[in-house]
Amino acid sequence: MVGGICFERRFFVLSSRGKIWDRIDWITVILYLILVFWGWFNIYAAVYDEELAVSMFSLSTNSGKQLIWIGTSFLLILGVMMLDFKFYDSFSYVFYALMILLLLAVLGTGTIVSGSKSWFQVGGFRLQPSEFTKFATALAIAKFLGTVNVKLDNAKNQLIAAGLIGVPIVLIILQGDLGSAMVFGAFVLVYYREGLSPILFALGLGVIALFIVSLLVDQTLIFIVTGSLALIFIGLSIKNFKKILVIIGMAVFVVGMVKSVDFIMTDVLKPHQRNRVVSLFNPDADPLGVGWNVTQSKIAIGSGGVFGKGFLNGTQTKYDFVPEQSTDFIFCTLGEEHGWVGSVLLITLFSILLVRISIIAERQKSRFARVYGYGVLAVLFFHFMVNIAMTIGLFPVIGIPLPFFSYGGSSLWSFTILLFILLNLDAHRMQVLMH
Amino acid sequence: MNDSRKYIIRALILIIAVIFASKLFSIQVLNESYRLAAESNIVQEIIEYPYRGLIFDRNKELLVYNEPSYDLMVVPREVENLDTLAFCSAFGLEREDFDKRMIKAWRYSSIKPSQFIKQIPSEDFARVQDKLVGFEGFYATARTVRKYSNDGLANVFGYIGEISSNQLKRDTSNYYRSGDYIGITGIESSYEEQLRGRRGVKFKMVNVRGIEKGPFKGGSLDTLAIPGENITLSIDIDLQMYAERLMKGKIGSVVAIEPSTGEILAFVSSPSYNPNLLTGRNFGENYGSIATDSLQPLFNRPLMAMYPPGSIFKIIQGLIALEEGVLGPEEEIYCDNTLIADHAAPGYYDVQKAVKYSSNNFFVKVFKRIINRDAASDAKSQFNQAPIGLGRWNDMVSQFGLGSPLGIDLPNEGSGSIPSPELYDQIYKGRGTWKFSNIFSLSIGQGEILMNPIQMANLAAIMANRGHYYIPHIAKGIGQTNYLDPKYKERHETNISPEHFPVIINGMEEVVNATATRAKIKDIAICGKTGTAQNPHGEDHSVFMAFAPKENPQIAISVFVENAGWGGRAAATTASLLIEKYIRGEITRPWWEEFVLKGDFLY
Repeated sequence: MVGGICFERRFFVLSSRGKIWDRIDWITVILYLILVFWGWFNIYAAVYDEELAVSMFSLSTNSGKQLIWIGTSFLLILGVMMLDFKFYDSFSYVFYALMILLLLAVLGTGTIVSGSKSWFQVGGFRLQPSEFTKFATALAIAKFLGTVNVKLDNAKNQLIAAGLIGVPIVLIILQGDLGSAMVFGAFVLVYYREGLSPILFALGLGVIALFIVSLLVDQTLIFIVTGSLALIFIGLSIKNFKKILVIIGMAVFVVGMVKSVDFIMTDVLKPHQRNRVVSLFNPDADPLGVGWNVTQSKIAIGSGGVFGKGFLNGTQTKYDFVPEQSTDFIFCTLGEEHGWVGSVLLITLFSILLVRISIIAERQKSRFARVYGYGVLAVLFFHFMVNIAMTIGLFPVIGIPLPFFSYGGSSLWSFTILLFILLNLDAHRMQVLMH
Repeated sequence: MNDSRKYIIRALILIIAVIFASKLFSIQVLNESYRLAAESNIVQEIIEYPYRGLIFDRNKELLVYNEPSYDLMVVPREVENLDTLAFCSAFGLEREDFDKRMIKAWRYSSIKPSQFIKQIPSEDFARVQDKLVGFEGFYATARTVRKYSNDGLANVFGYIGEISSNQLKRDTSNYYRSGDYIGITGIESSYEEQLRGRRGVKFKMVNVRGIEKGPFKGGSLDTLAIPGENITLSIDIDLQMYAERLMKGKIGSVVAIEPSTGEILAFVSSPSYNPNLLTGRNFGENYGSIATDSLQPLFNRPLMAMYPPGSIFKIIQGLIALEEGVLGPEEEIYCDNTLIADHAAPGYYDVQKAVKYSSNNFFVKVFKRIINRDAASDAKSQFNQAPIGLGRWNDMVSQFGLGSPLGIDLPNEGSGSIPSPELYDQIYKGRGTWKFSNIFSLSIGQGEILMNPIQMANLAAIMANRGHYYIPHIAKGIGQTNYLDPKYKERHETNISPEHFPVIINGMEEVVNATATRAKIKDIAICGKTGTAQNPHGEDHSVFMAFAPKENPQIAISVFVENAGWGGRAAATTASLLIEKYIRGEITRPWWEEFVLKGDFLY
């Protein structure tokens, strides 16, 4: 690498301005703007109080603050778009290393907010490094897989790929923010696109299925069923020694898996996290305790009907029955006030955006840009999927925001940077070969 | 390479989108229960309890009113940071009691309010009101308790109490809810629908902390509480309280009726209790001790106690004999003590004299004529005639409102009993097995004949009216329109010709010169009749019925004092004092008042 001042000269060259706005993917930009402003309206609805009738722009409310985050995000967009596209390629690892350092630092000096030590307090503002680690990791993965001759068909590369994801996961889990850590698991989708064996991918899904079963069903029953099945299969293939070994191996794996789930549930997860997982499978067991969030969230969304109660007319969200309604549970406000039509419209917008990102990724000339595109896709897809799934009771309550929509500066900034780096790369995709 | 995987990834996105859209369709469009749950989340039903109607006496003096009291309500989920010790000391609860109530509230609902402490009197509540702010999750709702301005009339008022689960089940109007108060007996029960009013409901929107956020649907579903209707009783409270004072320490009844209307002026059941004991939070405790009192203060004697009427029944016998034509108005019959023991001296008696001296033998002979009217003197014919004669007699007696409840507007009215031929068929195992000699004690109001004190007072009213009566009633008018059930304005005839009354009434007028000299009042013509109801269990009961004045009677009265012996003594004196009190407004014979208050009737 070259010295600071020097690369400043080299990389802070403005691409001809008119041209970049011509080449930018406007479909994505428009989708982004719709989501951001629709989100802002919903944040206003979520915190709206008839008696106070505070304006949408008042800085005393989340909606006013969000407007600041939106404004600053636009500045960030300008910055991201004006930087030379090659800058991201060259500095991928630097970003990544920087973020890992920040994650370590926050572990030492961070502020604890709702049980997680993942925030830097700067004056009146709080920043969450784990949010920004998302695009840094996406860049690092892209850089790694973009390197000539790196393929995911050998153990060494697979291990590095796993490590790139694993390090932030471990650090963020140590902060106590399981939800954000899980987001990094989404990068497996990128590896899958880039040639990771579908067997490994399928195995991963199998493990998740087994995880859920082991939560629902009594351990002993699983052991008995596994044992009996193993004996039956051994009996069927009595002459094939190799097959018997595989069957025994699988049986041992299942037992080990169930045991470790039990270990994770009782010793690793914090009580409130454990309760969230339990309440996912049986939210009615304790509708006023652990299941309160999910129950109230479903009531809010479910009461919206086909067309919703209308803007600012949602009662469940307005009267605080749904917790975290401007951040993680923002979808409740939308579901209640805009009904099924509004909900489906949002899902459609996200689906179009995600498919559009896939299309953008696929049309990249460089592997770096394509892998990064799928990194963006993976992060957004995971957030979208898990966030909505948890509000409608399909997934445990994991505190992650709905991209562009939820209230929050760190997340909006981080998602904006994430997306617009891709748009920058995409705008310059024709220049890659010429370079 | 791996180009096909981009389609798999896009397919995954679409699959998730479809799953979400379907799940949302199921909870938002197909499933109604979320909408209902949302409403029950935000809508709090606030019940406004109406004021129960007030009760006045005939002179518009307030007798029953409402006093504010407070129910302490709790919403268990909202109870936070409670200083239990401070709470218990503020409300005077034991810790154990507190826990019990809290568990009960949790069992009912964690988010809906339930009664924690019921009926805190307003003076107690004022002391803790300020502290209430500090106890999150608790709030007070205003209720009322009944208050009585006098310590009398308990058996007329009855009492109210929390509705029982059985009553709730039987309530076909679907008005009542658990925790509501309902009239259990007395006027509170018979006029429950008029007194209770109509409860109001307000639907308010509340947020998750139960803080009000305004009316639900603009208040279009709200209803105002409508206060109950006031009732004016026919009771004259001065007369009533005087009667209660005179009856203090005695067992018995006083019923006074205004003959021209059937309005009850006084209604005493003695012993009674202070109605203020059966209101508010001490209801349970006080009710227990009153209900187990061996003298049965809850037993409403004027309506429920039934006695053989004794000699006062001779009046009816006389009237029936005259009406039946078996006795002439001036016909004299020789009487001595041959048939039955008699206080009246031997000699010739006409009906007026027989009433005056309460001749037993005269009325035995007269009753024999009634029963054996068309019979020959042979025994067989008398056996055959007795049921026919008694049947006719029964019909005529029933016209006096006897043998069945009169229909007064108070619950638990007894019917009394007038024997029918069938009764004796049963007793003597068949028809033709009994005759006059088996039933002759009916002649003088003994034997199988039973009346309750209200029927005795009504008999006095019939005499006052010379042959008709209005069903005695305790309500004079209900509400602003002074409504009264038309059945109380309907004139009931005894079907005894008016010309038969003067001789009997003349006899009654002279009673005060014969058997009831203590009843005599200067310048007020009292027409009365003493009775001494035989009591196989102890001293005889003292009975007196009367009306006064003779012309344009204002009051008809019956007094029944148990175990007080001869009717001319305790009952007649009491009745006479009450008549004087009502007509003259003052007592001119304090020595008799003293005598009655002292209560030593047997000497």
